[in-house]
Amino acid sequence: MALSLEEVRRIAQLARLRLGPEEESRLAVQLSAILEHVAELSTLDVTGVEPMTHALAAGEGAPLREDVVQPSLAPDVALGNAPAREGTWFKVPRIIE
Amino acid sequence: MTAANEALTALGLREMGERLARRAASSRELVDASLARIAATDAAVGAFLKVVPERARARAAEADARISRGERRSPLDGVPIAVKDLFLTKGVETTAASRILEGFVPPFDATVVERLEAAGAVVVGKLNMDEFAMGSSNENSAFKPCRNPHDLSRTPGGSSGGSAAAVAARQVPASLGTDTGGSIRLPASFCGVVGVKPTYGRVSRYGVIAFASSLDQVGPIARSVEDAAMLLGAIAGHDPRDMTSSTRPVDDYLASLEQGAKGLRIGVPREWFQGGVDAGVERLVRDALARYEKEGARLVEVSLPHTRYGIGAYYLIATAEASSNLARYDGVRFGLRAADARGLKETYSETRERGFGPEPKRRIMLGTYALSAGYYDAYYLRAQKVRTLIRRDFDQAFAKVDVIAGPVAPTCAFRLGERTADPLQMYLADIFTITCNLAALPGMSVPCGVHAETRLPVGLQLVGRPFDEATLLRTARALEREVGPGPEPAALTSARGGAA
Repeated sequence: MALSLEEVRRIAQLARLRLGPEEESRLAVQLSAILEHVAELSTLDVTGVEPMTHALAAGEGAPLREDVVQPSLAPDVALGNAPAREGTWFKVPRIIE
Repeated sequence: MTAANEALTALGLREMGERLARRAASSRELVDASLARIAATDAAVGAFLKVVPERARARAAEADARISRGERRSPLDGVPIAVKDLFLTKGVETTAASRILEGFVPPFDATVVERLEAAGAVVVGKLNMDEFAMGSSNENSAFKPCRNPHDLSRTPGGSSGGSAAAVAARQVPASLGTDTGGSIRLPASFCGVVGVKPTYGRVSRYGVIAFASSLDQVGPIARSVEDAAMLLGAIAGHDPRDMTSSTRPVDDYLASLEQGAKGLRIGVPREWFQGGVDAGVERLVRDALARYEKEGARLVEVSLPHTRYGIGAYYLIATAEASSNLARYDGVRFGLRAADARGLKETYSETRERGFGPEPKRRIMLGTYALSAGYYDAYYLRAQKVRTLIRRDFDQAFAKVDVIAGPVAPTCAFRLGERTADPLQMYLADIFTITCNLAALPGMSVPCGVHAETRLPVGLQLVGRPFDEATLLRTARALEREVGPGPEPAALTSARGGAA
């Protein structure tokens, strides 16, 4: 299954990735080749097969904990890696022009 | 490197612990020897992204003080180790080998790092890897390549390439890596060391930078099965901060280690020997199987008919989960921000354009496509159904056998640059390891000999029942008793001499 350049651009838009024209063409070719390989899955009959939605068997994981407040990172620590901040907020560029 | 340091860095985890216990060596000496070995060899190998000598020496001094007070915390107290740069380390830069996280200093530790440090182990640095653990050769590191200590023109495998190379190069006795589709077992095989991918849920993923959350698992790499078993015992077990972490008690992996192969039923999957495997690799794998038989195990042919669909299912599920997990790198809360972008949307896309390398971009694109409207059923949902079929294959096989054995990879270590032009070709290196992740089972690589032509190490893959790491390790140990540990890193002999 071949991906068109338009489709590559649409996916990049969804993924919030800016791609250069060369990268777009390269990805169209590479992703098409991968999808061609993956298409093998459509030859399998999966009628009545349940999807494996959890890697851990039912009951194997952690029980839910009590809903009690627990300590978490202090605001200054949580903001420690922020590229830009103001007070106790992450600062971002203007959203609406 | 002095001869004394050489002798110390050749020791394994248990041996170091024993020296510390009887005060024949101090933690400071062991850590210094490790740091000296890194200084002498890592320009050639490139296993480390960051070394933290001062922090390590301070921790070693604390360990020595504890030991001299008779307050040794565990057999790991004072022993140097290193961890893949995918594990958050409080106060120590953690990048996942990506530009987008350059300069990121985590405010907390991954649970496994916390456990190792609580046991007294001394982290000497952070190990090289493929960016966000995406790759099979370590060539996707945004910072530098890592090389195979047995042949510097070859890759160590990936994505935990640094974790395997550092152990093979005697820089550290053991390390931690992660395995999403073979990322511990493949480099362990290529570098001639022991690598274990535990059952999904056996080891906490808290504080481990996520790639594909339903497949990622943390595991040990060491030069002996016993050391790997020791390290696994130290990190395994329930963690309330990871809701996919199992509450099952952890087995004593050392207790059954020496029981040998007698009486074991070892499954040999027909589909793993149907061509495509290098003849020299296949010969070593078959030799290993023959040794098991000689030791009293019974070989049973089994079938895993959906093996060939593993790569396809994996590259849909893993990329879908990755596209979601990597959405958090948007320049807002941590990591890189394209400061000159206009507006928020442009900040997102500019940051991600500059911060991600080609492989994460490719996988984000594929995963976004597989999850997008109109394609979800055909790709992601179908892949999850195939995942069920792959798990069923294993369940049926394990009705007849105790453990499954076969090759880790179709070849031994390939050369740098050999496969970078064709992503699909690179993905095929994982054909035998990937189904184990999809089925959420424990698997490992144990050295089974040296390739007759390339003289490179080759690993045997073992896959076990869910949470039966004990049988897996016992089976691996039975082979190790016969064939010995992996080879010494011949490629580093000159580097060693030059720095003496």
